[in-house]
Amino acid sequence: MRGEGTVVIEYGSYECPFCARADVLLAGTAVRRVFRHFPVDSKHPRATALARAAEAAALQGRFWDMHDSLMADQSRLDDPHLWRRCEQLGLDLERFQADRRSAEVADRVQRDFRSGIRAGVTTTPTLFVDGQAHPGVPGEQLLARLR
Amino acid sequence: MPVIEAGTAAPGFTLSDQDGNDVSLSDLEGQTSLLVFYPMDFSPTCTDQLNVYQEVLGELEEQGVKLYGISVDSAFAHKAFREHLGVTFPLLADFEPKGEVARAYGVYIHERGHNQRALVMIGPDLEVKWSFQAPTPLEIPGANLIFDALAGQHAG
Repeated sequence: MRGEGTVVIEYGSYECPFCARADVLLAGTAVRRVFRHFPVDSKHPRATALARAAEAAALQGRFWDMHDSLMADQSRLDDPHLWRRCEQLGLDLERFQADRRSAEVADRVQRDFRSGIRAGVTTTPTLFVDGQAHPGVPGEQLLARLR
Repeated sequence: MPVIEAGTAAPGFTLSDQDGNDVSLSDLEGQTSLLVFYPMDFSPTCTDQLNVYQEVLGELEEQGVKLYGISVDSAFAHKAFREHLGVTFPLLADFEPKGEVARAYGVYIHERGHNQRALVMIGPDLEVKWSFQAPTPLEIPGANLIFDALAGQHAG
């Protein structure tokens, strides 16, 4: 969770270009953001691995830094690229490697995904604002409300 | 005509799957089946729908449900689409006469020549147990609807 303002819960994935676009658009709003993982591996093969990487960074207090790093460059998402990102963020790499393969982190990502399924999410990104689902990249009307 | 209602005997059919194998209603006897009617192969929204169902396929199978996608596309298009998506459940070709099965299930849009987005759950006794039609083809029925319907079946 970060920011102040209207709560926006987003279900997204780090391999989804529309989610990266949503991030850019939401950066220009005054909202309290909650990001939940909705990895659809049959569509985005690295999605679960990347969600786990962000949660492993979270265990070192750097969730949003890893989130921003992944969203800002979706062309470098393989393991060596993750290690490089860890170096850039000053994370403990050994701990990151252990954490991202841990049951705790896997459960966390799975819990997010399950909550998305229960909420009827079928596409990424899907934003929830005041309990209302907004599938897809946020449009101008929604963004205007959030500024 | 709206989507077929629960309590109705499921209309019979024989359709080819993506590999050219015939799948008939009688093959569905003794299992719970979910027919996923969708508009067209390779349209962006369908892609998300079937991918999301694929992600919960293991869980649905644990509950004893078999999924079958159905659209008016040919078996060859289905084969390519299935490989493209990475989905593992069968896709049935309602190709000739076009949309005949969709018409029987009340989900064919005549003026557009393709299916509504609809879900039809068929029980082991080949009776329709539950159905849902999306308000518009642009709205994807979430997998939560399938789980809720199953919970209702088990409770009932």
